[in-house]
Amino acid sequence: MNDYLCLGLKVVKMGSIKIGVNIVIVSFLCFLPAIAAAGELRTMTFLPQWLPQAQFAGYYVAYEKGFYSKHGIDLKILKGGPDFPAAEMLGKNRTNFTTMFLSEAIQQRDKKIRLVNIGQLMQRSGFILVAKKGKGISKPLDLQNKKISMWPNFQVQPRAFFRKYGIEVKPVSQGATVNLFLREGVDAASAMWYNEYHTIINAGINEDELTTFFFDRHGLNFPEDGIYVLKESYGRDRELCCKFVKASIAGWKYAFANPDEATDIVMKYIKYAHAGGNRVHQRWMLARMKDLMQPLDPNVPIGNLNPKDYDTVAGELQKNGLIRTILPFGEFYAPCLE
Amino acid sequence: MSFFILTSTACIFIAVFGYNYFYSRSQILADVEKNSEIITVATVSKIEIVLNGVEKVPSYLARSLESSKPSLTELQKRIIDLLQTNSEIFGSAVAYEPYAFDGKSRYSAPYICRGQYGVLVPSFLGNDEYQYFFLDWYQMPKELGKPVWSEPYFDEGAGNIMMSTYSVPFYNYKNGKLIFTGIVTADISLEWLMETIKKISSHQSSYSFLISRNGIFVSHPNKDYIMRESIFSIAEANHDNDLREIGRNMIRGGKGFVTLKNHFAGQKSWMYYAPLPSLGWSIGVVFPEDRLFAGIGKLGAIIMAIGGAGFFALLVVIIAISGTVTKPLRVLADKAGEIARGNLEVEIPTVRSHDEVAALSNSFHNMKVALKEYISNLAETTAAKERIESELKIAHTIQMSFLPKRFPPFPEKEEFEIFAILEPAKEVGGDLYDFFLIDEEHVFFSIGDVSGKGVPAALFMAVTKTLMKGIASQAVFPSMALSNVNQELCKDNDSSMFVTVFCGILNFKTGELLFANAGHNLPVLISAGGEIRWLESPPGFLLGIMEDTQYETSRMILTPGDTLFLYTDGVTEAMNSQQAFFSDPTLIETIARCPDQRTPEAIIDCVLKAVKAFTGEEPQSDDITMLALYYRGKGSRKK
Repeated sequence: MNDYLCLGLKVVKMGSIKIGVNIVIVSFLCFLPAIAAAGELRTMTFLPQWLPQAQFAGYYVAYEKGFYSKHGIDLKILKGGPDFPAAEMLGKNRTNFTTMFLSEAIQQRDKKIRLVNIGQLMQRSGFILVAKKGKGISKPLDLQNKKISMWPNFQVQPRAFFRKYGIEVKPVSQGATVNLFLREGVDAASAMWYNEYHTIINAGINEDELTTFFFDRHGLNFPEDGIYVLKESYGRDRELCCKFVKASIAGWKYAFANPDEATDIVMKYIKYAHAGGNRVHQRWMLARMKDLMQPLDPNVPIGNLNPKDYDTVAGELQKNGLIRTILPFGEFYAPCLE
Repeated sequence: MSFFILTSTACIFIAVFGYNYFYSRSQILADVEKNSEIITVATVSKIEIVLNGVEKVPSYLARSLESSKPSLTELQKRIIDLLQTNSEIFGSAVAYEPYAFDGKSRYSAPYICRGQYGVLVPSFLGNDEYQYFFLDWYQMPKELGKPVWSEPYFDEGAGNIMMSTYSVPFYNYKNGKLIFTGIVTADISLEWLMETIKKISSHQSSYSFLISRNGIFVSHPNKDYIMRESIFSIAEANHDNDLREIGRNMIRGGKGFVTLKNHFAGQKSWMYYAPLPSLGWSIGVVFPEDRLFAGIGKLGAIIMAIGGAGFFALLVVIIAISGTVTKPLRVLADKAGEIARGNLEVEIPTVRSHDEVAALSNSFHNMKVALKEYISNLAETTAAKERIESELKIAHTIQMSFLPKRFPPFPEKEEFEIFAILEPAKEVGGDLYDFFLIDEEHVFFSIGDVSGKGVPAALFMAVTKTLMKGIASQAVFPSMALSNVNQELCKDNDSSMFVTVFCGILNFKTGELLFANAGHNLPVLISAGGEIRWLESPPGFLLGIMEDTQYETSRMILTPGDTLFLYTDGVTEAMNSQQAFFSDPTLIETIARCPDQRTPEAIIDCVLKAVKAFTGEEPQSDDITMLALYYRGKGSRKK
């Protein structure tokens, strides 16, 4: 904490990046479930790609409920967030498992981080554009020449969307909040359906006052969170990797079946991480995660990567010059569930 | 009635109490709203003065940067000056657009803030990990083209105090075009603001809170709400759409006085809210309803207690009054019931008042006395009547015992048979008959009818019969007997009663019959040959009226087989329901139809039956007496 030189908004943000090397292990906070014979367990680490929130409820719940230890894993959940980029942490072997958006993972693989997808939990894209109806925006063409804020790292989907409808927009870089949108500094903003969208609702704007553009409904489904390991780790210990996936899916199923308990667990991690977010928001996020993780075909179990989705995402990335080659599906995806 | 009065009173009381309660309530609410408004407006002005003061400082610096291009050292000096002259500002930065400061650096943002012990600490913001261009404090004023207060944030470095940053954009002309150049910021602590907000409590137990433009709680008594919950998340968690609408109005700068549901303050409460215009935030002052109305609640309790006591007192008074009114009536009702059951000895209570109840009570008393007297008289009369009836029964017995009742009276005398009956209309009657042997050859028989009925007639009959028996036993001729009896009866006959008598003396050895009549009905002779005729005799005057009346004796010889039938007018004058008499011809016809005309008992029975059949249900009006004598003659006795 000596990194902080003085008071104020900016220094806090600045200082925090320096903690990068000192991985904060959340599980030291007495979260360890009782383990009958510690010797039989393999110690592994998991890094969620962001700060604690219901986006990772299934992992926290699986941990709290002892599902990992049941599968022979003595898991440590690391504190995620902007200071711990998942791909980099995985590439440097600072974590065994991490989660990433599919598009991010494909790009990272192209950058020679030899990761493989061992479970595609989110089937649908939660990424949306949101606009105020009051600005006269109700269909894609209404976005023509509008000021639209986009996250610098998540521009492939919106740009493909604009291209699809032949729209020219005035892009604005979007920061960590949606305040610019709320103050009407932009006409439309990027939002995660499970996160920023609810933040907007919770800032007093009613759903019926908003227009949403879900990319997956416009042929641009970029499935998001999936579980990744390094290819070598997978080759070395496939069984253990798959146990991690199974335990995680069990955690998710439990969380969906017991949303209140799951939300309590998430809130506990949020408090320990001194992260923001209230219960209502987390409850919303958990419910949306359930929506996004459910495969369209009810007979398909959750956790599979659809080759079509892979082709869509990789194709768009290649079109944007973000990757050079499209890796064969089998090289990228190492299914555990079959 | 008591119930009706009490119900009406209760209704009036409740109406008055209810009006009082609701009027007081609305007055209190109006007062609270007004007070809250006054205090809030005063607080807002105070805060605005401070904020406006703060706003001027970076604005002044921003304006100066539009007309000058200071060196970095100069810029830092200006920031230090700013901080040294404005102690309420914790830190200030001048952040330039990429390459806008010196054309070389992407990040140019000198920042100076207060460190420990107030030492000013200089630093530089911006690197590849911290691209300030995309942060709200920079981006919002840039995009909006106007100064902006940031949403509140916790500054961990400053010991977790809450801060907000005021960011002012500045511009420069380049080729005649106004180009956005950068942002000047001023960070202020919100501690003083929170303290000021906390002090708004015009009323005991009220509290105030502050929400940001996004509805986030900046200050609230519940620390868990601060920077974590928004008024909208509370609304969503409790499914309270009204609260959401209130929140929307609050963040739009509205003001109002509204009710809040239980979940917000643990109980139903009221809230006054007003905006903080500079920040675009909103202040809410919350009043728990029970405390707000505690005063009238207490007053209400006192009024209810007084009302309850009054109500009870009224109940007692009503019961007492209605008791005094109805008690005599109830007592009278009880007493009347007893009187109805026959107890006339009950005491009717005297009522001292002079009202209708007293009159009624007197009437009851009089009625009771009258009834008692009447019943007493009735009892005496009844006793007397019973005595008389008893005496009459005895008299009847005595009267009947005068008459010969043993039949056949002379069983040793085979020459004749005699039979008689007397059926008085009342207990005692005035008819008489008699027969007795004067010697071994002569039998005397008589029948009579005293004027009038009842006891006087009976007495007179007794006298007549006694006299007749005494005199006739000495007499040779019936006329002599009648004359003598008449003389005796006329003596001291003050009551002027009289008697008709037919009598005869039969020599049953020879069949010679001597007879005389004193005003009596003619007997019927049923001859042995079957002829039925009246036995004519000289009419004599009644006995008992004229002392010197002379009677004649008639003579005839009875043929064996003849029957003589004597009767009183109770037979011929018996009346039916049409007031018709049985009559003499009917008597003759009746005798003619009698199957047995030789046996006296049979003839009498036959005639009596005919009379009874004739009168039917009509009560017997006169004594009925009949006597029949059958002359058989010597030695021809029927076996």
